[in-house]
Amino acid sequence: MALDRWLALAILGLCLVYGYAAWFTMDANLPRFMQRNPVWPSTFPKALSVMGAICAFYILVFQKPMDAPGDDDVDYRKFLSYNWGQALALIVLMLVYAVCLRPLGFIGSTVGFLIAGAWVLGERRVHISALVSVVAAGGIWWLVSDVLGIFLRPLPFFLM
Amino acid sequence: MLDGILLGLTTALSVQNLFLVTMGCIIGTLIGMLPGLGPMSIIAIMIPIAIGIGDPASALILLAGVYYGAIFGGSTSSILINAPGVASTVATSFDGYPMARKGQAGKALTIAAISSFIGGSVGAVLLMIFAPALSSVALLFHSAEYFALMVLGLAAIAAFAGQGNVAKAVLMTILGLIMATVGEGALFNAARFTMGFPSLQSGFGFITLAMAMFALPEALFLVMHPARSGKGGKAGEIGKLRITRQDARDMAPVVGRQSIQGFFIGVLPGAGATIASFLGYAVERNLASPKEREQFGKGSVKGLAAPEAANNAACSGSFVPLLTLGIPGSGTTAILLGALISLNVTPGPRLMTDSPDIFWAVIISMYIGNVVLLVLNLPLIPYIAKLLAVPRPFLIPFILFFTLMGSYIGQNNPTELMILVLLGIGATALRMANYPLAPLLIGFILGRMMEDNFSRAMQLYRGPSFLWERPMTAALLLLALILLVLPSWRARRERMRNLDSSMGD
Repeated sequence: MALDRWLALAILGLCLVYGYAAWFTMDANLPRFMQRNPVWPSTFPKALSVMGAICAFYILVFQKPMDAPGDDDVDYRKFLSYNWGQALALIVLMLVYAVCLRPLGFIGSTVGFLIAGAWVLGERRVHISALVSVVAAGGIWWLVSDVLGIFLRPLPFFLM
Repeated sequence: MLDGILLGLTTALSVQNLFLVTMGCIIGTLIGMLPGLGPMSIIAIMIPIAIGIGDPASALILLAGVYYGAIFGGSTSSILINAPGVASTVATSFDGYPMARKGQAGKALTIAAISSFIGGSVGAVLLMIFAPALSSVALLFHSAEYFALMVLGLAAIAAFAGQGNVAKAVLMTILGLIMATVGEGALFNAARFTMGFPSLQSGFGFITLAMAMFALPEALFLVMHPARSGKGGKAGEIGKLRITRQDARDMAPVVGRQSIQGFFIGVLPGAGATIASFLGYAVERNLASPKEREQFGKGSVKGLAAPEAANNAACSGSFVPLLTLGIPGSGTTAILLGALISLNVTPGPRLMTDSPDIFWAVIISMYIGNVVLLVLNLPLIPYIAKLLAVPRPFLIPFILFFTLMGSYIGQNNPTELMILVLLGIGATALRMANYPLAPLLIGFILGRMMEDNFSRAMQLYRGPSFLWERPMTAALLLLALILLVLPSWRARRERMRNLDSSMGD
């Protein structure tokens, strides 16, 4: 089964779960006065779940196989021949950044993220990437916090 | 009217106001380039400064400059790094980004600048002529028609997804609509489908979703498949800035049509620049010859010019209900309304008679803002496009960083970043399987408005009878159905014809 059908199957599952919530569980706590309303909070989701399930089922059963993509496009069948390790490393790095942003402060985590990201992609001269990262992180922090007035905690939690 | 124009000119052409409009354009462009800060947030940020000026006409002139600048800045990031920070520039990235990848970033930016200039200018002229008359037409549209208009818009988007892909596009649209139902709606103050996560109480963030659907998969693809970024480092090239005579000839009718269509869509409160740009793209794609249609989505000049002209014209259009009725048609004009009221000006039917100087100064300053924007930006384009020449190990982490910042600044919530990354992984898988992602985002943007209008119409008519009792609603819905069925019918006819001709030989 091709990837697009697997995804259609996943979306079908999602629609069924969503539909179950919309049709059977959501209205349980609906107040009396709202039940007299012609439209309930679940009306629109009910319609969506049915349409979504039908559409996903259609793709699952009737979709013609995909054309092979061109050289420039990413073909999932050749996934392992790509630099998937780098992509995975960057995803992990983004998640780490999200976790560190509050406790480590904006400047520290951004500099770390940019240096590590450049390292993953093959920039081994740390002094250069460190310089670029510090200038960029400092500049953006100044722009966002001083010019625009949006607060971002710059330093680790124990300093500020 | 001539008196009014002269009055407006004298106000807008003073040295102070010219300075303000220039400053506004520069600030708007620079900040608008950061994904995540759209016109709405920039205007909100500038309001304290504008009120500090004191004179309502000058304040509005400054804000109009910021508004136009921000829209142009937003197009820049959609074209260069496929990161549309504003809903109305999502359609710009469909063709702008492929052009940049082909090494024509300079040309793409030039086309965007010129199309937005013309769209904005035509919009300003139309605003001058039609403002008084149009205010009454806008009131004829009720919630039932808005609902139908949005269904039509979504159908148009799904229909242009290309042959054999309509089912996938429809599924993505529905998925977007489903995602829009998460969180608290406007009509029912109860959280739905949050699965117990407090961060989902207010639903998915628009910017988070936009970044996850476009910028993140693109950056990951660039990492996985470096050959993708153009052979021989073509993507790093800026290319020629000049547009050829042929491009100009292709653009002219598109820009003309879309400036007018965009303006009239912009007049409808709630429709605004986003719908105008998508509909503009869809309409031009359907009008183009089959050969040109192939080019759409791969770097078509027409496909870039259409949404740019339409969204700028619609921005002018959205001032009609604001200035004549006091009804803000979009988030941005709602913020402008707030600014106007705090400057002691109440927009409404009496604005034109009570303070004509403000009314006309705003219109004239829109025009001046457009001229300033063009004069400022054309020489700056080579420098803006240099962004792409940054070496890969730095460019990609920076794109990822701006993506993360975009959704963090708005919410100040690290959980949002987790959601962003998870959605981004899902989007990457969907893109690999040839699912178009634009319909998902559009469904999400329109979903909440659509449900509100649907519910309001249901309440007014005590049931779904509005679907057939209001002729305009029925007509719009029928048109949507035709749009969806047409591509598969056309494909079948073509198949039959091929079969016939092969049998005849």
